[in-house]
Amino acid sequence: MLEALSAPWPWYVAGPLLGLIVPLLLLVGGKAFGISSSLRHMCAATPTPDSWKPAFLRYDWKGSGLWNLAFVVGIALGALLAVSLLGVPDAGQSISAATRADLAALGIQDFSGLVPAELFSWDRLLSPAGFVVVVVGGFLVGFGARWAGGCTSGHAISGIANLQLPSLIAVLGFFAGGLLVTFGLLPILLG
Amino acid sequence: MTTTEKTTNWTALLAFVLMGAYLGVIFVQSEVVSWFRIQEMFRFQSFHMYGIIGSAVAVATLSIQILKRTGLETLAGDPIELSPKAWGDSRIPAARYWMGGTLFGMGWALLGACPGPIFALIGAGVGVLVVGLLAALLGTWTYSVLRSRLPH
Repeated sequence: MLEALSAPWPWYVAGPLLGLIVPLLLLVGGKAFGISSSLRHMCAATPTPDSWKPAFLRYDWKGSGLWNLAFVVGIALGALLAVSLLGVPDAGQSISAATRADLAALGIQDFSGLVPAELFSWDRLLSPAGFVVVVVGGFLVGFGARWAGGCTSGHAISGIANLQLPSLIAVLGFFAGGLLVTFGLLPILLG
Repeated sequence: MTTTEKTTNWTALLAFVLMGAYLGVIFVQSEVVSWFRIQEMFRFQSFHMYGIIGSAVAVATLSIQILKRTGLETLAGDPIELSPKAWGDSRIPAARYWMGGTLFGMGWALLGACPGPIFALIGAGVGVLVVGLLAALLGTWTYSVLRSRLPH
């Protein structure tokens, strides 16, 4: 029975289920689907003196953001539940052969699990590649999402679904940046 | 301390935890949280990610139209509102959207995860993503400091 639920779920199952979160959040809580705001709420909730915080982080995060923090805790718990019941998906095995070949040419050898161990492990964190991928990558995700006013959920899904031109421009930016890294930076970084 | 009438609504918070968990299961089982899948997407070597994002957008678009046309209310009886994304005031058109978007995309391709998957990967036991989360918080904080000097 669990066999049928094992990864990878095909796109035509996962995509529609993912899209349903938009009306679900609106109907149950009156909330617009968006995840990156949780990062701002976490900064705002950091117990430092108010004078240390820029104005953008001084607001009633409990009033406006508690739901979002509960939501991201739920995302982590759901992921924990999934890997506990069904195991960690070997995404590196289910990607296309062409991608595996390209990544192998860049020096990736471990295709087990969700992320390549060559880049995502504690002992690689201070190697140049591991640091850029995890720390610089994380920094840009946080900085860029707030500057753009949303991430994949808020712009690519809710924004475009609500027919917002700014969101479409943001998504084009996401792709421009992603292609720049994939074809410009990664070959230098991993080569 | 001023006394406020507002108390935390634990039932509502639990509902948000459960909806998040629903998303977390989908994120992992569809492998969209995987660095490998993001690379596959940016290399245009599979339809998987495009199919997921595309069909999610289709279902969300249709749902929003239904909600708007039927005038359905939230469980609490409030009208459903979706505030539009505003154009900024910079002389550079849509500056925040394409500039911020491009930086975000660079981070997405490096880390192989956008904010939702960061939390999912931590839950799935990829511990080093805690550092990725801290870096994302530092990025958010840095943006907050520089905000008034960036074009929007």
